[in-house]
Amino acid sequence: MEVEEVERLPRLSRVAVCGGTHGNELSGVYLVRELLKVKKKKKKEEEDEDGGAMSVLLVLSNPRAMQQCLRYIDTDLNRCFTHACLIGPTLDKTPYEMRRARELNAMLGPKGSAGAMDLICDLHNTTANMGLSLITYSDHDWICMHIFRHLQRQIPDTPVRYIHYDVTSKESYSLDSVGKHGFAMEVGPQPHGVVRSNIYTTMKSGVQYMLDWVHFFNSGVIFDGGFMDVFTVVKHIDYPRDGETHNITAAIHPQLQDRDFCLLRPGDPLFQTFSGETLRYTGSEPLYPFFINESAYYEKGIALCLARKRRVKIPSVRVQTEEEERQNEQRYTSEEEE
Amino acid sequence: MSSFSSCQSVREARRVAIFGGTHGNELSGVTLVHLWMKNGTEIQRRGVETRPFITNPRAVEKCSRYVDTDLNRAFTPENLSAPADGQLPYEVLRAQEINRMFGPKGSPDAYDVIFDLHNTTSNMGCTLILESSKDHFNLQMINYIQKALAPASCLVLLNEHPLLKYSTARSVAKHPVGLEVGPQPQGVLRSNIFESMREILKHALDFIELFNEGVEFPPCSVPVFRVSERVDYPRDANGNIMAMVHPNLQDCDWEPLNPGDPMFQTFDGKTIRYQGSGTIYPTFINEAAYYEKQQAFVATRRETLSANAVRKA
Repeated sequence: MEVEEVERLPRLSRVAVCGGTHGNELSGVYLVRELLKVKKKKKKEEEDEDGGAMSVLLVLSNPRAMQQCLRYIDTDLNRCFTHACLIGPTLDKTPYEMRRARELNAMLGPKGSAGAMDLICDLHNTTANMGLSLITYSDHDWICMHIFRHLQRQIPDTPVRYIHYDVTSKESYSLDSVGKHGFAMEVGPQPHGVVRSNIYTTMKSGVQYMLDWVHFFNSGVIFDGGFMDVFTVVKHIDYPRDGETHNITAAIHPQLQDRDFCLLRPGDPLFQTFSGETLRYTGSEPLYPFFINESAYYEKGIALCLARKRRVKIPSVRVQTEEEERQNEQRYTSEEEE
Repeated sequence: MSSFSSCQSVREARRVAIFGGTHGNELSGVTLVHLWMKNGTEIQRRGVETRPFITNPRAVEKCSRYVDTDLNRAFTPENLSAPADGQLPYEVLRAQEINRMFGPKGSPDAYDVIFDLHNTTSNMGCTLILESSKDHFNLQMINYIQKALAPASCLVLLNEHPLLKYSTARSVAKHPVGLEVGPQPQGVLRSNIFESMREILKHALDFIELFNEGVEFPPCSVPVFRVSERVDYPRDANGNIMAMVHPNLQDCDWEPLNPGDPMFQTFDGKTIRYQGSGTIYPTFINEAAYYEKQQAFVATRRETLSANAVRKA
């Protein structure tokens, strides 16, 4: 019988868990604060017992926005991590979040370099009914995808999904793109400015299982490959708006509200105008909606996002041996020099 | 049958205002008022002047609760009489302007009725908020609305507590009525919530029209939830929240909370129980805007108010 090849990947020695990238998404804020408290209490001996296999850096990304319980102060921090934003000059008029992005890039990156964090998990909440969603830029990052599978198996009472934005590394704009591997862990529904205990607990489990997986991976466990569903983003749809005032003229239709990841077919209701008329989906392809009625997206002109779902095969993975790691580093360095 | 209770004569309700955007990120009211400012047919009734009005336009523009200070706490006697200079917070100046336009508060020139439209992140359903247990006109209107909406429910919150009562925008009118519909996140417009609020107002205006035409409304009972105390989150020495609303309490607005029942859950999973002496009925459970007001929920007690018969004077 043919043995399937096991993909060997570098150890994940340095992991970052970030909360408060949007200051009013409170599960992540309170979770990182709690993890910081626990870390402080832990005795030094206990830390050494971990064997130094992995270090976890806990970060509160946007402290000024957190203090005011706002999404951001000047501009959305989670759009400030493109290469162009990161390398620009820092002047007096540079918005707060641009500066902070550069600080975070220095701390967790630099993006694209050998010194960057091995894995960044950025914690978010959404007002949309999205359960636990991992949002990444890749449909072939086996680390992220195995973590996803692990979470899906360990958290059976919450729907767990994998969302892929098909964006190049250069154009990737979010905090998680600074690490060698990274994803946003998006949990909803939760209003901004509120922490719901069930949502907090789901996020806490998600982080715990993720760290467990990394620990097992680093210890040499082989994770079997298989199949998983990937939702690849295709487009988004804005609300209908008044030509003059730009105010919205319809709300998400009651039959679509809260139906994230339920297939939307051509002709299905999308919006209900304030005079009671139903506006329907006129696309030709059935797609999967998500971020349905996310409060922060009104100003971005997004009522919902749409994705294609497909089955993707992922290989078995295990951590590289030290020898393999050395060979890999040499190759990485010469690629960088190019 | 109890002794005869006389019919209360109340002045016609000629001037009615509908306030939206008192909190700029509570979108049902903002949307309804914008809609009706453009086309007010739906809110017109015989014999009534119905005026839709955006109370906090700057907050609406920013989609934030307020700019400097909470407009719905700003209508205190001190604020309303303060000399208007450049130093006053935006909402205090706005409160003075609204008092001039729709009041003055306490005077015979004030608007007859003001409906103030609000949303909450709490699972309160449709709620009507009263500031007085003795406003028989309001009690009768609420009774009418409740009967019209049945079997759908619309509960009544009475805040007459001397310390917890606050100076609302609607308090400028002779008959102030708060409409609170949830759950809805701030900055989000949910279709079902929007339509519920719209329907409540429809029946409210129908009542006013009937009342102004001379219909007499017989005595009735109105069950209410009376505000008794405000309960904060457990906090540490630095004032940081140490626990969240317990999963057993989350979304259970208006349900009884008995001594010993779970109330909060710490971030590391421990349960904190309610230690009060009697059953309370929590509401405004986990309202986003109340974290800064030190309020995890409002405790209420059940009561039945008697409304006299009312008829236009």
